[in-house]
Amino acid sequence: MEKLRETWHETWHFYRRTLTLVAKGNKLYYAWCFSLMAIIVVGFLSYLKQHDVGLIATNMNDQVSWGLYIANFTYLVGAAAAAVLLVIPSYVYHFKPIKEIVVLGELFAASSIVMAILFVMVDLGRLDRFWHMIPFIGSMNFPQSLLAWDVLALNGYLFLNLLIPIYLLVKFYYRKEPNWKFILPFILLSIPMAVAIHTVTAFLYNGLPARPFWNASILAPRFLASAFCSGPAIIIIIFQIIRKVSTSRIEIEDEALFKVSELIAYAMFLNLFLLSAEIFKEYYSQTVHVASFKYLFEGLHGHKQLVPWIWAAMTMNVIAFFIFLIPQTRKRLTTLNLGCLLVIIGVWIEKGPGFVIPGFVPDPLGEIVQYLPNSLELMVSFGIWATGLLIFTLLMKVAIPIETGEFSHVSYVERSFRRGEENQAWEQGSFKKF
Amino acid sequence: MRNRNNRRYTRREFLRNLSLTAAAGASLPLLSSCSKEETEDFLQKHFQEMTPEDKKRVIAKLEERYQQKYGRKFQISTQEVVPDTFWAYGLELSRCIGCRRCVYACVKENNQSRHDPQLQWIRVLRLKRGNLINLENSEHYYHPDLVPEKGFIYLPVQCQQCQEPPCVKVCPVHATWQEPDGIVVVDYNWCIGCRYCIAACPYKGRVFNWAEPNIPKEEINPSVHYLGNRPRMKCAVEKCTFCIQRVRQGRYPACVEACPTGTRKFGNLLDPNSEMRYIIDRKRVFRLKEDLGTEPKFYYFFES
Amino acid sequence: MFKQEGCRTVMRLFYAAVTSLFLLFFLASSPFAVVEEYTPPPMTEGMYPCSNCHASMELNRKKRDLKEEHTDIKLHHAETMRWCLDCHDAGNRDKLRLYNGELIKFTESYRLCGECHGPQYRDWRAGIHGKRTGYFTGSGKRTYFLCAHCHDPHEPKFKPLKPEPPPHRPKENHDAKSKQ
Repeated sequence: MEKLRETWHETWHFYRRTLTLVAKGNKLYYAWCFSLMAIIVVGFLSYLKQHDVGLIATNMNDQVSWGLYIANFTYLVGAAAAAVLLVIPSYVYHFKPIKEIVVLGELFAASSIVMAILFVMVDLGRLDRFWHMIPFIGSMNFPQSLLAWDVLALNGYLFLNLLIPIYLLVKFYYRKEPNWKFILPFILLSIPMAVAIHTVTAFLYNGLPARPFWNASILAPRFLASAFCSGPAIIIIIFQIIRKVSTSRIEIEDEALFKVSELIAYAMFLNLFLLSAEIFKEYYSQTVHVASFKYLFEGLHGHKQLVPWIWAAMTMNVIAFFIFLIPQTRKRLTTLNLGCLLVIIGVWIEKGPGFVIPGFVPDPLGEIVQYLPNSLELMVSFGIWATGLLIFTLLMKVAIPIETGEFSHVSYVERSFRRGEENQAWEQGSFKKF
Repeated sequence: MRNRNNRRYTRREFLRNLSLTAAAGASLPLLSSCSKEETEDFLQKHFQEMTPEDKKRVIAKLEERYQQKYGRKFQISTQEVVPDTFWAYGLELSRCIGCRRCVYACVKENNQSRHDPQLQWIRVLRLKRGNLINLENSEHYYHPDLVPEKGFIYLPVQCQQCQEPPCVKVCPVHATWQEPDGIVVVDYNWCIGCRYCIAACPYKGRVFNWAEPNIPKEEINPSVHYLGNRPRMKCAVEKCTFCIQRVRQGRYPACVEACPTGTRKFGNLLDPNSEMRYIIDRKRVFRLKEDLGTEPKFYYFFES
Repeated sequence: MFKQEGCRTVMRLFYAAVTSLFLLFFLASSPFAVVEEYTPPPMTEGMYPCSNCHASMELNRKKRDLKEEHTDIKLHHAETMRWCLDCHDAGNRDKLRLYNGELIKFTESYRLCGECHGPQYRDWRAGIHGKRTGYFTGSGKRTYFLCAHCHDPHEPKFKPLKPEPPPHRPKENHDAKSKQ
C-alpha cells in the first residue's frame, strides 16, 4: 500500500513537473505554440460547423465519398510507420548515432498516429456513435472488416509508441536502468506492428473489387515503399529544426541523418519501380480499368484536375531520388533538405489525393465527378496537422531535456533541497541572498 | 500566504486551482444538457440485439418523434422475415424507355431526401446501342424531350441485394447485414457514417445522407418499416430495400408498380410459380459485373 | 322401376352438382378465373354497348377509311393486311372475333391478341409481360392489366414519354445550399 502511494506521488510529481516544463520557454516557443493553438481553434470551430450541419459542409458526395481527410489519414499512417526505420538500426543493429534519437522518432510516430486517428474521426458522419466500434461493448465487425483491423492496429501501435518512449524516458528521469526484459519485447513488437499498420491500411483499399484502381496486389508494397520515403524525410527535417531550436544540448549527429537518408534512397527506388510496374500493367493491357490511370495522368474525357498535381509529384520524386542516390548531394545538408521537402510533398500528392481520388473516378457506374476540398475541409485539416505538431512539440519539450539529463529527478531533489534551506533561512529571519 | 507543508502558496498553484474549478463548473451544464432522450439515443442497441420490449420502446419513441417532426401518425413495422421467401428482381432491358418514373416512385415511397442532398436509390443509365458492359460510356443526366431516344438503350441500376455483399463485409460495426429473405438492410441508428460501404459497392447502390434529409411534409409516406423506408437522419447510409415494408406483406415494390412499360418484375425464388422463377427458367438472364463474385439477385433479361 | 329411375336421376343430379361445384372451385382458383379481377377494358366513354348504333346499321364489308364516325381511330396495327372487321365481329359489334370465328367478350380480348402474339400472351399469363400491381401473394387486392390497358389495340406502339428530371449533379447540392 505504501509502495502504491509512493508510486502515485512520484507519478503525480513527474506529471506536475512536466507541466511546468512545457509552460515555460523562450519567445520562439511561445510564438510557435500560440500560432498552432490559433490554427487548432479555427480548425475546431470549422469541425463544429461540419458536425452540426453534416458532411454536406464538405465537398464530398456520393460519387467521391472520401476526400481530403482520408487522403491525409493514408499519408500520416505511412509517416508513422517510418519510425521503424529508426527502431531497427538502433535496437537491432545498435547503430549509436540513431540510438540517441530513436525515442524522439517513436514520439514522432505517436503524434503521427494521433493525427491519423483524428482525421478518421472528423471523417466519420456520426462521431457520437463511435462506441459502436469498440469490441465487445459495440459490435466490431472483426475479422471481416478491414476498418476494424485498422482500428485495432492503429491503437495498438499508438499504445506501443507511447509506452516505449515514456517508459524509457521516465526511467531515465529517475536515473534508473530500464528493465530490458520488460521493454525489449515491446520494442521488437513495434517493428512488425509498423509494417502491419500500413499493410492493413493498404488492405482496406486493396480488398474492394468495386474499385479497380485500388484492387491491385501491388498496393501494400507500394504503400510501404512510399511510407519509408516520406516518414524518414519528415524526421530528418524535424530533427534538424530541433537541433537548431532546442535550448538543450541535444546531440543529433549528421551521421544519423545521413544513414536515414540512405534508407530513403532505397525506399524511393522501390516506390518508383513499383509505380512503373503498375503503369506498365495498366497501359499495356489497356483494359477498361485503365480509366482511373488515364484520369490521373492524362485526363479522362476532358477532366484533368489532378494531372498537373501528379506530374509535379512525379518530378519531385524523381529529382529527390537522384538527390538521395548521389552521395555528394545526400551528404550536403542543403541538398538533403531540398530532397526531403521534395519527397514529403511529392509522396503526399501521390499517396493522398493522387491515390484516393482516382479510386472514385470513374465511379462504378461510369460517372466522372471531380473533387476539390473546400475551405472548411482545408481548415479542419490544418487544424489537425497543427494538433499533431503541437503534441509533438510538447512531447519534445519534455523528452529532450530528459534525454540530455537536464530534466531529471536528481536535479529536482537537489534544487528542492536547496530551496528547503532557503525556506529555513526565511523562517529564521536570517535570509541572505544566495 | 502559506499552505500546508509550509511552502509558499505560489501564483502557479492558485492559477491551477482556479482553472480546474472553472473547467469543472463549465462542464456541469454541458453534462446536464444531455437529456434523458439523448442519452437513450446514444445508448440504443443494435437492432439485431434488441429484445421485443426494446423494439417496442424504440418504435414508440420514433413514432412520437416523427409525429412531431412531420405531423403525421406513423406506423413503423418491424415485421420479420416471411418464411420460405427469397426475393429477386427482374428487369427486362428491351422494354425500359428511361422515363425515370421508377426513380421518383421510389423516392416518394421511401421518404428520401429531396434536396440538399438529393438522394435517389435508382439510377437510370443511358447507353449507346452496341455497348452494354462498359458502363464508363454511360450517360446519367440525359434529359431529352421524349424517351426513348433512337440509338440508345436504358439500364436502371439500384442495390442488387447481392448474395455475397461487399458492403456487409466491410462495415466496421455490423450496421448492415443480409436478412434471411435476401434483402440487405441497414440499421440507420447504428451506422457511424464512415462510408466504407459506399466505397465497396460495385453498383453505386448505397447513398449517404450528407445532411439532415429534407422531405416535404405533404409527401411523407407514414407506413414504414424500421429497416426500410422510415425517415432517416443525417450521416447515415441508405439504399434500396426491395421495399421491405411492402414485400413482406406480399405487395409489389413501388418501382414495379410505377413502371409504365412493365419492365420490372419481382418474385420469390423459393416459389416455383413465381414470376422470377419463370423468368430465370425461360429467359436469358444476366447480372451486372458477375465477375466480381457478388452474386446479385437483380436479373436483367431481354425479350427482343 | 320408376322409383329406381328416380333414385338414379337424383344420384346423377347429385353427382353433377358436386362435380360442378368442384369444377367451379377449381376454376375459381385457377388463373383463368381471375378474369373477374381484371380491371375493365379501357373504352371510350359512352361507346359500349356498340350495338346501340350498329344493330340498326347496314353492313359494309369493304375495307376503307372511315369518314363519318370513329374518325379519331387511326389503325396502325398490321393495317396493310387487316382492317376493323377482322377483329370486331361484323354481326355483333359487342363482341370480338377470333380467327376460327368464335366470338369473345371485350373482357377476354387477350385471347384475340394471343392469336398472333403467342409468346407475349404466354408471358402475360405468367405475369412476365405486362403489369401487375397490388399484392402478389395472400388475399390482398391485386390488379392484372389487360393487353388493351397498355397497348391501344389500334395503335399498340407505345408513345414516347417525357422523362422525369435527371438527378442533381453532385456540385449542385452545394450550390443550392449556398443559395439559401
